[in-house]
Amino acid sequence: MAKKSTAKVLLASALISMTVGATAVAQSGRDYVYVVGSSTVYPFSTVVAERFGRSSEFKTPKVESTGSGGGLKLFCDGVGVDYPDVTNSSRAIKQSEVDTCAENGVTEIVEVKIGYDGIVLANALGAPAVSLTRADLFRALAREVPGEAEGELIENPYTTWADVNPSLRATRIEVLGPPPTSGTRDAFVELAMEGGCKTVPWIKALKSTDKNRYKAICHTIREDGAFVEAGENDNLIVQKLEANPDAFGIFGFSFLDQNAEKVKGAEIDGIEPTFDAIADGSYPVSRPLYFYVKKAHVDVIPGLRGFLREFTSERAWGDEGYLSDRGLIPMPDDERGEIAANVKNLTPLKLASE
Amino acid sequence: MTANRKNSREIVEAGLARRRRKEATFRATGMLATAVGVIFLGVFFGTLVMQGASAFKQTFIKLDVEMSESVLAPDGDLDLAYADFDGLVRDALRRGFPAVSGRKERRELYRLVSVAAGYQLRDELTSDPSLLGSTITIWVPASSNVDMLVKGNIDPAIDESLRPISDAQAGWIESLQQADRLETRFNKALFTNGDSREPELAGIKGALMGSFYMLVVTVALAFPIGVAAAIYLEEFAPRSRWSDLIEVNINNLAAVPSIVFGLLGLAVFINWMALPRSAPLVGGLVLSLLTLPVIIIASRAAIQAVPPSIREAALSLGASKMQVVFHHVLPLALPGMLTGTIIGMSRALGESAPLLMIGMVAFIVDVPGGFTDPATALPVQVYLWADSPERAFAERTSAAIIVLLGFLLIMNLAAVIIRKRMERKW
Repeated sequence: MAKKSTAKVLLASALISMTVGATAVAQSGRDYVYVVGSSTVYPFSTVVAERFGRSSEFKTPKVESTGSGGGLKLFCDGVGVDYPDVTNSSRAIKQSEVDTCAENGVTEIVEVKIGYDGIVLANALGAPAVSLTRADLFRALAREVPGEAEGELIENPYTTWADVNPSLRATRIEVLGPPPTSGTRDAFVELAMEGGCKTVPWIKALKSTDKNRYKAICHTIREDGAFVEAGENDNLIVQKLEANPDAFGIFGFSFLDQNAEKVKGAEIDGIEPTFDAIADGSYPVSRPLYFYVKKAHVDVIPGLRGFLREFTSERAWGDEGYLSDRGLIPMPDDERGEIAANVKNLTPLKLASE
Repeated sequence: MTANRKNSREIVEAGLARRRRKEATFRATGMLATAVGVIFLGVFFGTLVMQGASAFKQTFIKLDVEMSESVLAPDGDLDLAYADFDGLVRDALRRGFPAVSGRKERRELYRLVSVAAGYQLRDELTSDPSLLGSTITIWVPASSNVDMLVKGNIDPAIDESLRPISDAQAGWIESLQQADRLETRFNKALFTNGDSREPELAGIKGALMGSFYMLVVTVALAFPIGVAAAIYLEEFAPRSRWSDLIEVNINNLAAVPSIVFGLLGLAVFINWMALPRSAPLVGGLVLSLLTLPVIIIASRAAIQAVPPSIREAALSLGASKMQVVFHHVLPLALPGMLTGTIIGMSRALGESAPLLMIGMVAFIVDVPGGFTDPATALPVQVYLWADSPERAFAERTSAAIIVLLGFLLIMNLAAVIIRKRMERKW
């Protein structure tokens, strides 16, 4: 008995593996929308996908969280059911990416700006409130800071906030932030660090003469332990801030919004990170969020047009839409109207240099 | 002689205290090490259960909903896909709290109930169209913030501006409680729904099915291939430098970090063989590569444990090599092989790193129905929920971990039982 049954088990499992292989080959076409891209846009994109899936006859779109760069790479790999229809991005597409896309036959891309996201520097609710300038942030977090003499750079010597700016408290500089692969980090570096960096006249002058050096100075974060890379998990940063009242964390506004009883945002250049301050553009560290669509896929992939309509509907991205409940800062009315019209007509993207 | 003997006895007695002390120290160290391990495990399980237990309950609110024709079908014909079921829920809430007026207050009132309420009403009407026009009493899930307040995860004592529930909302919740219109029940959605961005709707069924399909593929591939390889290497392969090399490589493969298998899967299965991304089929293929070395090593050990006398007896009675293997060695080694396979499977069940590379870290609402449908897996679901900003996902993350640990426990228990009951000792 035993011998027969073992042989049977082996035979049966071999058969199963063959049939499994066969079904895969038979698979073709795709009846759902396929979205990839930024982990910052992921919370918004998934809500739209779910609402769309539940209220329409189409399947719920699949949303992969790959990061902005990874998403654009997948997106630009080609046209066809194996490639994503939409990629989310927490930054605008680059010329090099448009070129890669074009090489692979992805020629008509529609850019959709969906709203704004603020990047906040937060500390525990029990800790004293702080007000920083972007120049303070640059001096506290850059790897090299300007020395006494003009044009001189020194290894960042500051260990406490009071060293950076005497009006601040004399606590150790400890900032928890996202790793370099994150779009949030890119935006923080570009908006906050570079913003502060530009306040030094000779560095600002470098921008037109030696752009690479300018970027190296403004965009490089110190690696001596004052800035701690805390991974992409923002919940973890919130927990660490609660445990250590002297530490600061960098994350998106939506996390501050959801954790308002644990952490509070620092004023930057005198502006508190609030919904209204980000919406009217007065809060300096905010960035637009985007997604990109392949025009060739619209009307080929079932539900793609409907997904676009849902995303750009007032009930989603409007002033009181469900995305604003999740922390997305809506654009002004006329800008929304203009973009919604672009989406409807599928006006392809034209970069300024073209 | 006597002096000498006395001497050695003295030496032993002199050293005895020191030897006993050494033994006591060693024992104490061992106990301490075990205690540290147990304490860590206890803290781990303790926090998990404390955080996750409440996720198995969900708060529900009783509503009297009028399936009003004027709301659902304002122009006469009813289209279930576009009918305004949320409007019905809002009507019911307004009737429940007639004193609430003003746009802002009403918006706050509507936020007591989950968006799931509208879907639930649609399902009710779809299954029984005669309900149109009548008033039904229905329990609908409360929104996740209400749920958190009721479960005590939001402290009502802190300042109003700092918590997601306003004083007015807290007051309504209390009056609902007093009217017996609010209660916590078993959270069925956690086991019957796929993923969702609304915590009260989110479930692990999609991830469970994804893991299931993946493991089916893994077992179907890794078990026969692993056993065949083990039998060949142990019973048929000539001992040579080549077989040694293969053996060393298999042992090495068992220690390769799992993300490497994910990269391999991306390159071979997706880019070269053009299999679909995010499919359990590809996940299963990758995981079978991952578990293959484990199964081969366990199977070889099981075959080695079969005494040579069995083979020799069969051979001496005229059995062929093939008959010896399949009639005698394999049945005797099978319990060990199955144990190894189950251990390999439980490792595969807990893997998330290789799945990152093949697109299984994704938001997928529909429960997968086959091997090529997009799917996630249980550990991936844990990862995605842990990263969600909504507070209610924290307890659901712990709940998903508890379920995952439950499955691992069952699988490992099965391995122990198979070993205990089927193993033959010589």
